[in-house]
Amino acid sequence: MGKRVSGAAVALMSPVAFAQNQVNMSPGVTEIGADIFELHMLIMWICVVIGVAVFAVMFYSIYAHRKSKGHQASQFHESTKVEVAWTVVPFLILIAMAVPATSTLLEVYDNDEAELDILITGYQWKWRYEYLDESGEPVAFFSNLATSQEEIYNTERKGDNYLLEVDEPLVIPTNTKVRFLITANDVIHSWWVPEIAVKRDAIPGFINEAWTRVTEEGIYRGQCTELCGAYHGFMPVEVHAVSRPEFDAWMAAKRGAAVAETQLAMQTLTVDDLMDRGKAVYDSACLACHGAAGQGGIGNAIAGSAVVMGDLGNHMAVVSKGVSGTAMQAFGGQLNDVEMAAVLTYQRNAFGNNTGDVVQPGDIAGMNNG
Amino acid sequence: MGDHHHGPAQGISRWLFTTNHKDIGTMYLWFSFAMFLLGGFFAMVIRAELFQPGMQLVEPLFFNQMTTLHGLVMVFGAIMPSFVGLANWLIPMMIGAPDMALPRMNNWSFWILPPAFLMLASTLFMEGGAPAFGWTFYAPLSTTYAAPSVTFFIFAIHILGVSSIMGSINIIATVMNMRAPGMTYMKMPLFVWTWLITAFLLVAVMPVLAGAVTMMLMDIHFGTSFFSAAGGGDPVLFQHIFWFFGHPEVYIIILPAFGVVSQIIPAFSRKPLFGYASMVYATASIAFLSFIVWAHHMYTVGMPVAGELFFMYATMLIAVPTGVKVFNWISTMWRGALSFETPMLFCIGFLILFTLGGFTGLMLSIAPADFQYHDTYFVVAHFHYVMVAGAVFSMTAAVYYWLPKWCGRMYNEAMGKTHFWISFIGFNITFFPQHFVGLAGMPRRIPDYALQFADFNMMSSIGAFIYGASQLLFLYNVIATIVAGKPVSDEKVWDGAEGLEWTVPTPAPYHTFEEPPLVPKPAGTI
Amino acid sequence: MSSLRLSRVPAIDTALKLVAVAVAMFAFVFVVMVPLYNVLCDALGINGKTSSQAYTAVPAAIDESREVTVQFVAINNDGMPWAFTPETRVMRVHPGAANGITYRALNPTQDNMVAQAIPSISPSRAAAYFHKTECFCFDQQALDGQAEADMPLQFIVDQDLPKDIHTITLSYTLFDVTSAVTNGLASR
Repeated sequence: MGKRVSGAAVALMSPVAFAQNQVNMSPGVTEIGADIFELHMLIMWICVVIGVAVFAVMFYSIYAHRKSKGHQASQFHESTKVEVAWTVVPFLILIAMAVPATSTLLEVYDNDEAELDILITGYQWKWRYEYLDESGEPVAFFSNLATSQEEIYNTERKGDNYLLEVDEPLVIPTNTKVRFLITANDVIHSWWVPEIAVKRDAIPGFINEAWTRVTEEGIYRGQCTELCGAYHGFMPVEVHAVSRPEFDAWMAAKRGAAVAETQLAMQTLTVDDLMDRGKAVYDSACLACHGAAGQGGIGNAIAGSAVVMGDLGNHMAVVSKGVSGTAMQAFGGQLNDVEMAAVLTYQRNAFGNNTGDVVQPGDIAGMNNG
Repeated sequence: MGDHHHGPAQGISRWLFTTNHKDIGTMYLWFSFAMFLLGGFFAMVIRAELFQPGMQLVEPLFFNQMTTLHGLVMVFGAIMPSFVGLANWLIPMMIGAPDMALPRMNNWSFWILPPAFLMLASTLFMEGGAPAFGWTFYAPLSTTYAAPSVTFFIFAIHILGVSSIMGSINIIATVMNMRAPGMTYMKMPLFVWTWLITAFLLVAVMPVLAGAVTMMLMDIHFGTSFFSAAGGGDPVLFQHIFWFFGHPEVYIIILPAFGVVSQIIPAFSRKPLFGYASMVYATASIAFLSFIVWAHHMYTVGMPVAGELFFMYATMLIAVPTGVKVFNWISTMWRGALSFETPMLFCIGFLILFTLGGFTGLMLSIAPADFQYHDTYFVVAHFHYVMVAGAVFSMTAAVYYWLPKWCGRMYNEAMGKTHFWISFIGFNITFFPQHFVGLAGMPRRIPDYALQFADFNMMSSIGAFIYGASQLLFLYNVIATIVAGKPVSDEKVWDGAEGLEWTVPTPAPYHTFEEPPLVPKPAGTI
Repeated sequence: MSSLRLSRVPAIDTALKLVAVAVAMFAFVFVVMVPLYNVLCDALGINGKTSSQAYTAVPAAIDESREVTVQFVAINNDGMPWAFTPETRVMRVHPGAANGITYRALNPTQDNMVAQAIPSISPSRAAAYFHKTECFCFDQQALDGQAEADMPLQFIVDQDLPKDIHTITLSYTLFDVTSAVTNGLASR
């Protein structure tokens, strides 16, 4: 269990291989990130110099002024001059620190005139990204942890990006000012990617903003940094910074997929197709709480569940609206009709439930409307 | 008080009904040590789970309960009561008073503590588990999304808040009214001064904490919306109120530690404290500044830039009085006649490690840089350097320093020094690498982590086990001293010790200073 | 003993004063901190919340020389199943001019529900310059099962909006307050 990745594997893994046992902040791939890094180093070195000076005096005293060496204690205990000096000098040093700190802060706060706006919403325990552009189909999707339960519970070898990989990454163009609007759906989360130097709290009911301009293509990883419940440690952020043409192509493909999904919702799908899609939905949305074999965990067991094997309308209501006062969330707003139909079909037939019920996307709309 | 020639009552009623400051101090000290071991046990669970990547021992939700209870028990159960215990034992003896000003309230303020912590600990066995929202309990995770046990958590906070307020009122009333004739304010030992200021901070901010949890209670049970956006409230308001309490709380923990160090360093330097008056002013400035810096815990909530700048500048200013203190302690040592008994070793350990914690604190005060540090292990490392190496090391020093006076027996010096070195090394193995993983991007309060953090986390866990084990040695040494230590009869115990508490017989009799003493010219004043 | 006896009375006096301080600090949280926070937020837009009262438009010149982009965002809070979208996502407006937009809401469930929309503005310092003459967020919105509604918003961007702000984002987060309303609990 917990086999460590070899150095070679790390080096091959991504364009921005993080060093094993990194000991310092990363300057990152943005101008602000580099500024913050320099500020951090400046303050640290000032502290080191002061520390060395102060401790040198102390250790000299410990060495030279020992009773065991027969040193006699002098009895001085006051000096206004010295007191004034070591009040004023640190104050001046602080002013020297405050100047670059202020200018960097003002830069961080300059959110205006972005070329691309992305709404980031924190959920327990995933992120949702929505591209707020004026034209075309809105593009929005959830980004879930992609690391398997087997890796987390040590029955499989842990991958290189253990706990830092998602099913659908956020894609942004390089050399473009991207503004993030950050909010949350339930509790407070915090969206952080160290290498692009953005950390902002996601607060339910309120909207925060931050921005970045990434200069290098690559994959940048981060995590939620505000305690948000049981799976706080399992909601990573993965950002792919790509060239503008690549971004446009990706965007077009996303739009196409959204249209295709809408059309799919009007068709009748085969049982196998529904089961395959249902398993994919289950693994990303349900598995963390209900277990890989539907055995339950944080949530109730799916296998043999009275809800799942009972009335379909009620089953759908539970999945769609959640159960208030429990960890069971409302998935109505998170799953489209195809996904909802697939996961209901899957739950009613997998794990030995074998009810034989098949739910079609059209049925979902029907249940909603009537 | 009845007839003052009585010794202590016999049996359990001595402890239940005692109004004697020494008895109550003793109970506080033992209670806080028990809580220190309990909180330490929670820390061991945390470090054991983090020993390797992957989930091994506990589930994520239980892990969060452990981090929450570890923080609450250490802050409210171990550190704060331990200094109250020290204050009870020492303040009357240091100012030449026969007892605390309000002895019966003193008894109550101790005896409501154990039930509060019993209630807090019992949440572990409740439906939905113990509080799992961190010791900072940010809404709405601690309101709408909390387990039902949160109600008991709120009541526990209320009770221990009342206990702290009563204890502080008693300390202020004692210092203001019970000083022996001639014991002017500027002659008081620095430990008394730091506690006086701390007590004022406590009276001012514990009610704020009580207000915050009361609002939570109302949001949860009575349909108000202080912290819920749905009803027009704001979750960020909770953070403002919490840190308006929380930042002074940090100084509540560290100021008495400054006091202890200011007593011990002069004793083993055989030289008066350098800059007594500036120490008093620095303490008062720190206390004042603590009220206007709270939002530096909230740089990432999206405050307006003017707010960020104000809180950044105010926070940086704290470095000035804190620096003055460190310079004063080192000047006290300068050209003294130093010896390195266990209390002095812990004080030097404090001096080095607390200064490191101060440096990282200064780094954290820089708002733009804090966007990268905030809520990472860098913060965890910072506050453990201040809390453990600051408060706990100085508390340990205090126990070694005054224990012979309390029980009339000398601790085992070799064992004490061993305890220091194991603690010092274990502590640094635990927390130094946490700076690295924090800077490299590891968030705090996570039960599992990416592979590049594995080596330092394993190191950290090993260090934690070493540091944890060293406390058992401490416990053994203290018990062995009380039971069978070498008797001491010298009033001063330490040749460099100064102050009224060293003028009473050793061990300190049950009643001291029933007649006010003659106040000698204290060291450090003109 | 004499000193103990003598000093007990002033000590009780000190203690009573300190109890008063503690009680005052407890009250301070409720009667000062909370209202003060709300007042400061209203005045300075600290948390990006807009006023919950309708703005009475004052006659003012329309600044034709300036155009501000206003983005509209709709967010559903936890467990809120309504479909909730603005009719347009972006508008360009002149400071001083009156503008209107509607948000469309659909309750897909079988149950009658009540919702409260909570506005938030980014950048937060623009909140003080964003005036709503009419807004569905001023009141709770009830929708029967399967019902739909168009919810109007009328607003004016103040001419004094700082010159460096070119884009304002207005988000509404929709909260399900059905149970709070049906339980008869007051919401502040």
